[in-house]
Amino acid sequence: MVRELTCIVCPKGCPLRVELEDGVVKSVTGHTCPRGLQYANDECIHPMRTVTSTVLAKDGRVIPVKTDRTIPKEKMFECMELINATVIELPVTVGQVLLSDILGTGANLVATANADESL
Amino acid sequence: MKQIDLVIVGGGPAGMSAAVAAYDNGIKNILILERDSHLGGILQQCIHNGFGLHRFGEELTGPEYAWRYEQQVYERNIPYLLNTMVLDISPEKVVTATNSEEGVFQIQAKAVILAMGCRERSKGALNIAGTRPSGIFSAGTAQKYVNLKGYMPGKNVVILGSGDIGLIMARRMTLEGAKVHAVCELMPYSGGLARNIEQCLNDFGIPLRLSHTVVEIHGKQRLEGVTIAKVDENRRPIPETREYIPCDTLLLSVGLIPENELSKTAGVPLDRVTSGAVVDQDRQTSVEGIFACGNVLHVHDLVDYVSEEAEIAGKSAVAYIQGITAERTDIPLSTDGKIRYTVPQRITQKKDVTVFFRVADVYRNVTIRVSDGDRVIYSKKKLKVAPGEMESITLRPDQFADAKALSFALEVK
Repeated sequence: MVRELTCIVCPKGCPLRVELEDGVVKSVTGHTCPRGLQYANDECIHPMRTVTSTVLAKDGRVIPVKTDRTIPKEKMFECMELINATVIELPVTVGQVLLSDILGTGANLVATANADESL
Repeated sequence: MKQIDLVIVGGGPAGMSAAVAAYDNGIKNILILERDSHLGGILQQCIHNGFGLHRFGEELTGPEYAWRYEQQVYERNIPYLLNTMVLDISPEKVVTATNSEEGVFQIQAKAVILAMGCRERSKGALNIAGTRPSGIFSAGTAQKYVNLKGYMPGKNVVILGSGDIGLIMARRMTLEGAKVHAVCELMPYSGGLARNIEQCLNDFGIPLRLSHTVVEIHGKQRLEGVTIAKVDENRRPIPETREYIPCDTLLLSVGLIPENELSKTAGVPLDRVTSGAVVDQDRQTSVEGIFACGNVLHVHDLVDYVSEEAEIAGKSAVAYIQGITAERTDIPLSTDGKIRYTVPQRITQKKDVTVFFRVADVYRNVTIRVSDGDRVIYSKKKLKVAPGEMESITLRPDQFADAKALSFALEVK
């Protein structure tokens, strides 16, 4: 089986061609960097994504957050439910861990902006 | 009147990067004027990742990318004024601004860097038939509501235009529980990055309807639906293909326009293709001592390139203030139509020149060729070029030293 993918690792968006046999990657062409090769392999076996969103703070503001590493693609919506059920205390600083080991993925939810206590 | 060496209009990625570059090259008497309540510009609402791969070698979100530059501004104690609106810039570089603390005030600058960014094309520019209900937003406005205010603009969404902001918002609204029924694109190709089609639409099964547009808006108080139709090769809707999609929200991602009202007050001539200033290799406009960089100069797709361009402007503004120039020349750059424009449009000094350009259509297996008459001074092969993906090349002075004029052309096999 052949799968045609668009690499999402960087803005170049290289067109990838992956040859699969019984679910095993036999060859990858079209990538222009090692990260693209890794992406092609991952995408065919267990697709991974970074989730970015916002989380509610106690004072009603929303604070931007992300998973600090990729999580399995099929867990994105479950991750969103978890984020939307969370209310955080301020202040927060960039990179501060707000939720650890989300859904057992090993990824943490971290703040991507600073927010003071006062508005 | 207050005297400042370098006034930078706009504290987004371009303004901050220009300020840092100017400071590090020896001009400390700088003032950034920002109309919003924070530095960072539009990056603050771009909470998705994908920024900074070129600059920092890692994938950052918009606020994180902004924070990297904010820290550089703070570390250097570069002065900035927030909530401050610039009203006028004169050709003599007198900057008139206002804020609630100082009222209206004027600054005499030795050099000015324009870094005001761009704004979205609005519904008014599209002339869509039908009613005028609520529920129609530019994609950036929706982004602000969702990401900064925590409001969802609607539940059932159609997006017109496949620019990157529209694609990013398709994913964002989907993750927050809305149903995005379609992204319609007038052109036969997307205006966004290929990776965004993949990770924002394909990941969620959102259909991209190429060569389609919205032909009618329905609803009295609130949007109730839109009629879409396929368009022919002349981009005219084909009546038989009309299709009604019920929705409560229409997002428009139909292009960005550099915000050059202030540039005009300074008498800066604009390029009809880019809607930004005509500049030389230093990103100096035709008005001496006034520079431009970032999306006010031409719309970029990557902030990394904005920062790079702003550094050129920042460094060059310092050289201008200090009276340092390389050997003078005057070489106009022209394009063949397949390449739509170049920035800069002119080379006035013999030094390394970074040229950004965009193509008019999607082309495969191309050779980018820069020639002086019949003499090819630069060529580079590319598998694919697309209007949504800006290209950049750097020319060395020995390549163009004796050139009369440089033409940028795309040879398609």
